[in-house]
Amino acid sequence: MTVIDNTGAAAQPLTLPARDVKRSTVNMLGWVVVLAILAWAWEGAEMNPLALVEYADNMAEFASGFFPPNFYEWPTMLREMMITVQVAIWGTVLAVVCSVPLGILSSQNLVPWWVYQPTRRLMDAARAINEFVFAMLFVVAVGLGPFAGVLALWVHTTGVLAKLFSEAVEAIDPNPVEGIRATGADAIHEVIFGVIPQVLPLWISFSLYRFESNLRSATVIGIVGAGGIGMVLWEFIRGFYYAETAAVMLIIIGTVTLLDIVSQVLRQRFT
Amino acid sequence: MTSDITPAIRVHNLSKTFRKGFQTTRALNNVSLTVDAGEMVALIGASGSGKSTLMRHISGLMLADRADDGMIEVLGYPVQENGHLARGVRAVRGRVGVIFQQFNLVDRLSLLTNVVLGVLGQIPAWRGWFGLFTREERLRALEALRRVGIDQYATQRASTLSGGQQQRAAIARALVQRAEIVLADEPIASLDPESARRVMENLARINREDGITVVVSLHQVDFATRYCARTVALRDGVVVYDGPSEALTHDFLRELYGAAGEELILPGPIAAGPRRVPTARQLRPASA
Repeated sequence: MTVIDNTGAAAQPLTLPARDVKRSTVNMLGWVVVLAILAWAWEGAEMNPLALVEYADNMAEFASGFFPPNFYEWPTMLREMMITVQVAIWGTVLAVVCSVPLGILSSQNLVPWWVYQPTRRLMDAARAINEFVFAMLFVVAVGLGPFAGVLALWVHTTGVLAKLFSEAVEAIDPNPVEGIRATGADAIHEVIFGVIPQVLPLWISFSLYRFESNLRSATVIGIVGAGGIGMVLWEFIRGFYYAETAAVMLIIIGTVTLLDIVSQVLRQRFT
Repeated sequence: MTSDITPAIRVHNLSKTFRKGFQTTRALNNVSLTVDAGEMVALIGASGSGKSTLMRHISGLMLADRADDGMIEVLGYPVQENGHLARGVRAVRGRVGVIFQQFNLVDRLSLLTNVVLGVLGQIPAWRGWFGLFTREERLRALEALRRVGIDQYATQRASTLSGGQQQRAAIARALVQRAEIVLADEPIASLDPESARRVMENLARINREDGITVVVSLHQVDFATRYCARTVALRDGVVVYDGPSEALTHDFLRELYGAAGEELILPGPIAAGPRRVPTARQLRPASA
């Protein structure tokens, strides 16, 4: 029975709701602020779109240097690309292993504030500093080479993953955990059987996502001497070998795209 | 009658006040209660009368007010005293099986794994950490599942089963635990009538055959009179009746509860909807 009785409504002429002056003023002011910020940033960034037109010839000449890409040294390029992938794998795996306990220790619903506050601040620090900066520091500490890259990715990614992991833990259903506690289990049992099964799909998805972005990061940390394709890339750019640079860039694009697709397929299986 | 034997549960002078902003609610008010070993006791009362709160205190999942000298002993061991969790509470919890309205199984684990977790309180902790359960323990879990009639689903994820089946799995977990006491907190409140009947049958059976003491909180007094010899009635956190279940005629209930008594007498809406899920923050205090 869904007969709508609208005879009464039809009798009166329709009137549009009155314009809300206060709200439209606030909206207007909001736009003014946004435009002001854009203008302010324009100054600092020395925005100069005219240069694109002015130097169009230069750029065309520069770009033509990239073509055709020179794959002559492809065995070296591929070998270095593999090293980059290997750096990303170990950087991510070490970070995942460390993020499990650190993520638990940053979860408000599992540990008291005097545990999660310091852990979270530590993770903030690890996350705040770009892996590029860590790579420069580790190159000094352990010498040039891929291992410095692994350490850099490890520290930064631990900061990111521990936060993501703890957010997943904070969203769990507490009832199953209570069910396990009621059997006389200890706190570690509660985490292993009550918490982790609930968050595992999310954790796997986060880890794979971080692997994708670590692979992208690993391609550049070579520039500061932390091994891999980045080192090769930097050498070519510095030596004005643009055709070779183009080849390396194509290899990076190919590899990153391929692994992104694989990782995406895997992530979809887990969520 | 049985004062020479240690009672299964002894609650003495227990009070609990909830604070929410400036509002305080006294959920339990000087509750004292003794349950002897082998009894099957029903705990009835309208929603908000303090049944669940009392159950959660007995299992040590919630702590009483510190002001009064309230205390709870289970099988002769202290669970909490004066609002502090007793030291050996983990060992006591191992001997008490708890069954919840929302089943509280881990959805993504198989039924068998959920049930075998009942041994966690009895085996060396490290074995539990790595999930190393012996063949004998797994068989014990399977046997418990057979007793409640759902062993054919042992390998399925808990989430794939109906509410009634999940609740029976929770009973199986208590069996694997070799619990001497089972506390069932509104075990049938979210179940359809047939599943509710089966769950109550299973509880009555483990009480009869295994001599397990069962305390079950119920919404409907009909189930109490059918399955439990003794009923304890709560109203606004106070014990208003403690005696044989037959005495709970409809007139008597009306006398005890007034208009609110209708809720207990009438079959009522079957699924009253899930109770308020405790906030994540409530997880912490009792994790000693």
